[in-house]
Amino acid sequence: MVIFGIDLVLLISALMISATPVLLAAIGEAVVEKSGVLNLGVEGMMITGAVIGFIFAVNTQTPIYGFICAAIAGALLSVMFAVLTQYIMSNQVATGLGLTMVGLGLSALIGKPYEGIKSPTLSKIEIPILSDIPVLGPMIFSHDAIVYFSVILVATVAFVISKTRIGLVLRAVGENQEAAHALGYKVVRIRFLAIMFGGATAGIGGAYISLARVPQWTEGMTAGAGWIALALVVFASWKPWRVLLGAYLFGGITVLQLNLQAIGVAIPVEILSMSPYLVTIVVLVGISLFGHHTAPGSLARPFHASQ
Amino acid sequence: MKFKSVLSGVLLAFGFGTVAFAADVKVGFVYVGPVGDYGWTYEHNEGRLAVEEHFGDRVETIYQESVAYGADAERVINTMAMQGADLIFTTSFGYMDPTISAAKKFPNVKFEHATGFKLADNVSTYSGRFYEGRAIQGHIAGKMTKTNKIGYIGSYPIPEVVRGINSAYLHAKKVNPDVEFNIIWIYTWFDPAKEADAAKALIDQGADVILQHTDSTAPQAAAQQAGNVISFGQASDMADYKPFPRVSSIIDDWAPYYIARTQAVLDGTWESTATWDGIGPGMVSIGEITDAVPADVKAEALAMRDAIANGTYHPFTGPIKKQDGSDWLAAGETADDGTLLGMKFYVEGLTGKVPE
Repeated sequence: MVIFGIDLVLLISALMISATPVLLAAIGEAVVEKSGVLNLGVEGMMITGAVIGFIFAVNTQTPIYGFICAAIAGALLSVMFAVLTQYIMSNQVATGLGLTMVGLGLSALIGKPYEGIKSPTLSKIEIPILSDIPVLGPMIFSHDAIVYFSVILVATVAFVISKTRIGLVLRAVGENQEAAHALGYKVVRIRFLAIMFGGATAGIGGAYISLARVPQWTEGMTAGAGWIALALVVFASWKPWRVLLGAYLFGGITVLQLNLQAIGVAIPVEILSMSPYLVTIVVLVGISLFGHHTAPGSLARPFHASQ
Repeated sequence: MKFKSVLSGVLLAFGFGTVAFAADVKVGFVYVGPVGDYGWTYEHNEGRLAVEEHFGDRVETIYQESVAYGADAERVINTMAMQGADLIFTTSFGYMDPTISAAKKFPNVKFEHATGFKLADNVSTYSGRFYEGRAIQGHIAGKMTKTNKIGYIGSYPIPEVVRGINSAYLHAKKVNPDVEFNIIWIYTWFDPAKEADAAKALIDQGADVILQHTDSTAPQAAAQQAGNVISFGQASDMADYKPFPRVSSIIDDWAPYYIARTQAVLDGTWESTATWDGIGPGMVSIGEITDAVPADVKAEALAMRDAIANGTYHPFTGPIKKQDGSDWLAAGETADDGTLLGMKFYVEGLTGKVPE
């Protein structure tokens, strides 16, 4: 299916690959922020996941081990943030920024021997029957495991947050920490777990860049993807499905504008290049005009049971 | 009390220590990407390491990686000057105005700005004639493409990049009249994911040669994944992708220049100059042409390299028309440096417009 010289099948499938790292990191951060914690260290956890995932994938020659180790590494790094902010009550913004710097430095150090090495690539999983549908099949049902995983994860998070007891408790902790505490919920413990979840998904997102999207290890290769993930959470008004929408919208327009440039469409390059940001701003304005968009009530507020 | 006096003793000793072993000259480097990009910044850092090795204890070097354009750059340059740097190399085009502005504030510090065109009493400029290497890449690309589509990943539409596109296109067209260039501007020097996306978009559109003017090796990885696409190392050899997809490269060699300029500061003979050296003086070199290139094409490419090096061939030799069909260079005429340094136009045959 070719429209204006662009093969839609290739475009949509490229869009999903391009959006997956940010989507994974953002869905994790959405859960963290839902619990009332602002972790600005997403970039640091992503790049750590990218390097650890790459190292383990290369050494085991099995990409999936790389992703598992990336999740563990991201979670471990976030434990540092959790201990500092939840027990030692350090400032969340400063600690998060620190985490990003630690991640960038640490990954550059341990990744040195792995520069210029080839990684095993993820194989595509063609979903039976569905992938045989013309156009839609190769577009959406012919991806690697992590792309499917990211969508399933969004669905799971959306379901858990809105439909289950765990989700209700998580939201209570994030909306009003004193009330949640008074009801007997372990605010700090719940937040600790949410932070680790966010670390794990950020790690997987980072590993997707180094193992699938590029694929190679280069120092600093996330190049700001963590910050886009953070912005995306606000863009999505802390709603899981909107995170998916935002990631695909942003990733989609980015890929689309590259393709439009490649075929030499007569639209000024300046407009094409700023289009992802323009569309984001327009949607944000739309949401703030019509939508319900408040941040969790206790976001970034420190909590101690004695208070 | 005792602890305090011990502590101050240690501090004192340390202080004297640093004074006693202080280097004669401190040299600062401002980088646009990480030193591990294996491209542009990597080669500048190799130059820095060569300075350290050449001068030993007489010279101390400091550097800062991934410095954003704009206010951030000026802050970093000012900080280096305040830390006592005598000579500061700012190694990306976008540091031009911050460098000039910092130079006004620190008249006793010498500044060297790469790829720019603004000079001051204490600001020099230096750059390589990368377009000479692009001519050789264009020749190989034109000969080797089967789809006649060549993808070009541009960073920012500045004269240096436009010059490279023109040079590559002219030489590809010369050996293959059917060749077509698809150009993508990504407005960053270093973003591996975006560079890879751009390479994939070009490959999706049928390009089987990828030329990049960005700093990371991500486009090489994308070419490798595609399997039947060739690429060229940019700024650094990118030898990890030899012999295929990377079939040759442009290597920037800054070490001799950095050593000479540091020596000039040590000797007190430093003067503001504008240096623009190519393959001849060795600031630009051509990395190994691998066996993936047919032997006759390789021989032609090497002959062109040698002709450029000894000055018998200029990559911009007329007749050449501008994109709008107007005459630029008459037959046999070669481009002057002034026009090349300010080049903001495409030559005839290229499609699309140079973004403003």
